[in-house]
Amino acid sequence: MAEENKRPITFRIKRSLDGNRDSSTWEEFEVPWEPQMNVISALMAIQRKPKTKEGRETPPVVWEQACLEEVCGSCTMLINGKVRQACTALIDSLSPNGEPVTIEPMTKFPLVRDLIVDRTRMFENLKRAKAWIFIDGTHSLGPGPRVAPEVQEEAYSLSRCMTCGCCVEACPNVNDASPFMGPAVLSQVRLFNLHPSGKMNAGERLDAVMGEGGVADCGKAQNCVQVCPKEIPLTESIAVIGRDTMKRALFGWLLK
Amino acid sequence: MAGSKVKTTTDSGRVRRVAVVGGGLAGLMTVIKLCEAGIPVDLFSLVPVKRSHSVCAQGGINASVNTKGEGDSPRIHFEETVLGGDFLAQQPPCLGMAEAAPNIVFLLDRMGVPFNRTPEGLLDFRRFGGTLYHRTAFAGATTGQQLLYALDEQVRRFETEDVMDGQGVAIPGEKMVHKLEFWDFVQLIMDDAGVTRGLVAQDLKTMEIRAFPAEAVCLATGGPGIIFGRSTQSTICTGIANAIAYKQGAIYGNGEFIQIHPTAIPGADKLRLISESARGEGGRVWVPKNPMDKRDPKEIPEKDRRYFLEDKYPLYKNLVPRDVASREIFAICYGENAGIMGRNEVYLDLTHKPEAELRKKLAGILEIYEKFVGVDPYHNPMKVFPAVHYSMGGMWVDFERDARGSLKVGSPRNHATNLTGLYNVGESDYQYHGANRLGANSLLSTIYGGMVTGPAIATYYDNLDKSAYDLPDTFFDKAAKSEQKKYDRLAASDGTENPYQLHKELGELMLRDCTIERHNGVLDKVIEKIGEFEDRYTNIKAVDTGGKANQALPFARHLEGMLILARVIAQGARNRDECRGAHYKPDLDDKNPKAVNPVGRDDKNWLRSTLAKWGGRDGAQSKVEFIREFDYSIGSQSIHVTDEVDVSLKDLQKRDYTKKKAAFAADAPAPNKADESASSAPLNK
Repeated sequence: MAEENKRPITFRIKRSLDGNRDSSTWEEFEVPWEPQMNVISALMAIQRKPKTKEGRETPPVVWEQACLEEVCGSCTMLINGKVRQACTALIDSLSPNGEPVTIEPMTKFPLVRDLIVDRTRMFENLKRAKAWIFIDGTHSLGPGPRVAPEVQEEAYSLSRCMTCGCCVEACPNVNDASPFMGPAVLSQVRLFNLHPSGKMNAGERLDAVMGEGGVADCGKAQNCVQVCPKEIPLTESIAVIGRDTMKRALFGWLLK
Repeated sequence: MAGSKVKTTTDSGRVRRVAVVGGGLAGLMTVIKLCEAGIPVDLFSLVPVKRSHSVCAQGGINASVNTKGEGDSPRIHFEETVLGGDFLAQQPPCLGMAEAAPNIVFLLDRMGVPFNRTPEGLLDFRRFGGTLYHRTAFAGATTGQQLLYALDEQVRRFETEDVMDGQGVAIPGEKMVHKLEFWDFVQLIMDDAGVTRGLVAQDLKTMEIRAFPAEAVCLATGGPGIIFGRSTQSTICTGIANAIAYKQGAIYGNGEFIQIHPTAIPGADKLRLISESARGEGGRVWVPKNPMDKRDPKEIPEKDRRYFLEDKYPLYKNLVPRDVASREIFAICYGENAGIMGRNEVYLDLTHKPEAELRKKLAGILEIYEKFVGVDPYHNPMKVFPAVHYSMGGMWVDFERDARGSLKVGSPRNHATNLTGLYNVGESDYQYHGANRLGANSLLSTIYGGMVTGPAIATYYDNLDKSAYDLPDTFFDKAAKSEQKKYDRLAASDGTENPYQLHKELGELMLRDCTIERHNGVLDKVIEKIGEFEDRYTNIKAVDTGGKANQALPFARHLEGMLILARVIAQGARNRDECRGAHYKPDLDDKNPKAVNPVGRDDKNWLRSTLAKWGGRDGAQSKVEFIREFDYSIGSQSIHVTDEVDVSLKDLQKRDYTKKKAAFAADAPAPNKADESASSAPLNK
């Protein structure tokens, strides 16, 4: 960005003091450009000087944040209409010529206030799907099973899911009228069912995603895989789980 | 499940829980151990535990499994740990940790952590700083994230399990783990005898303040990096829980020992870590011989590059311990003005390594560089500079030795603070890393810490003669009301100081003057300035009065804690007149020809823990008392504690990484050349 363009950047932020979307309002802030500026550093500047562009005092914007290096999943929001983490949203690429930047909370989760939404549902789904390995205990039992490097690589790519909510937000089949649990948890079922010990409980996990709101509710829009910040092969996971649940539905009774 | 091994309810039928504050690796491992002992837990966390700061650990976890035929062993790991820590670490817990490490990594493997593998399907290990062995197990370059997820999943499993009474009957509505996420720890509740009986916490969404009875409280709340403004730590790492407990009488140990990581990317909001694993996998640190060399770094030929770490440390090369590497980079940039283009930057170069290998082993961190700098690090050297990274210091905690000199697992003294019933574990405690932590020992110490803290609390719990749950409700109501009043007062503050602005100034001060090089004259001014900040804090403004998800008021509370700990750190640094590990005063450096008093490491006067005790306030300004000994009690035992470091297992030794050849057992009988020479060239030197 050229020196002469280093003027203040305007941020349009959708705000709600009480978490009621119907009464949300837009506020505009001006923040001086600085090197390596991202949406988080802009929000931090607003905290230090909570005044709108018009000079009106206002409470600082609230949002979730922690690691600021896109590994915790906290700071997911809509930036210029796209769901993503605020920490990796660099101002020089969002606003190369000084365009205003818009920031809104995600829409598929209950709103708490300003940019904070309640993602509890995603964690509840992980419980429902038994997204863990059943170990006998944490006492010494020697090494785990051997794993081929290719299997490790597949597992690692799935295991980087931060439960950030991007895929759920982007999915057209997740909405008020649908109980669909969303892509993230389905991919986690694939992860645990892939593991040599995790496999032993594969059926239980499949059962958890076979009923209402489960894998069959996926409409194959493929939005999820496009917005995932960790490039997790979500549609591939959904296909795998779709096939496995189908097999279980057709032949599962034979195995009992 | 059979009937619980412990008495999980009071006579009146109330479930007896332990409170764990902090859901990073140390907290979660403590929770798992408690649950396995049958003890139900309330787990408090500022964020969903899956988002804890442990996710930021990148490089790996140390364990001397010796799968590379190098002759590594837990004993060597132990010796390198205490040497790396410049002999300020308590040796028995370090020995226990090094010995437990292989089984910890196996356990994580069983939990499904996708560790990188060898072609044979075994765990792969890489090199890290302060050792010549391949000792670090890793899952790509997001090992902390992967470990945290594994423990998070196990704890989620306990969230679905019922609490059992003595007959093995499930108690309706009671699960083994009750998570309270988005809750901020506000105060410990202690009875008249000084025994911890619970805590007060605040819901960060509804702002409700509530008291919780607990049979014991364990703080596992991580480091205080945010005191330095920008660091490699998450924004939640303010050290507040430790500051609160310290103010309530807990002793704080070795506060002045703050690790500066050599390689981070500067950012406006955060300094982002580029893990030591980049060097462990062959990354080289260099600057152009001519700092003003305008060529693209790729075009600069070898002869015009200066590999300053390799030149000075021919054996360890780029993998000297962090304090050493950071000081060298600092000396290049500040001392010689020889950073890239005269700026505070040096190159960290991986471009000589095959891209496919880098993608398998380091993608997680190289992706961070790419995303935040916008430059492809597979084909361009990265630009890095040191950043505040870790606190070796933290809450003082006890340990009990066994006959061999290792840690006696199950003793209620392990990880106990001097406040009866209060435990502390993880980065928030002080005992494993001495004056400098070795890379990949932090993940290990969090999990090992949890593995001994859980059983310690279980023993304490089992032997309590009175339950917190039998105390009258009024006792807890009073505590909650008192905190509510404080919060209401804070909400009514109508001064002129914005807490975020004040924090920015504190961070700038601490980062500039209390990190890599310390000067007594400057530290005097830092301490004075902290006092001024504390004065200004009394004139704070409540910039948000909202009743829902108000972040400004809890932040103001955290700021008060940061000011308190900043003083502990700065005052501790001022007092300690020597150079040891991360604590470095050029005026006292025995290798600095210009030193005023070249004492170097002064074992005669300073081979001891710094013990800081809250000294109340003088007006608005906090006071620290530095003490040499104290007594505390646990159960019926009264224990006398001094600041002596337990160095009974490894003799003191000068710390020198410049040598050309391995000098003692713990620094590398060269990797297994016997095998190599049998199969290829007779290169065994």
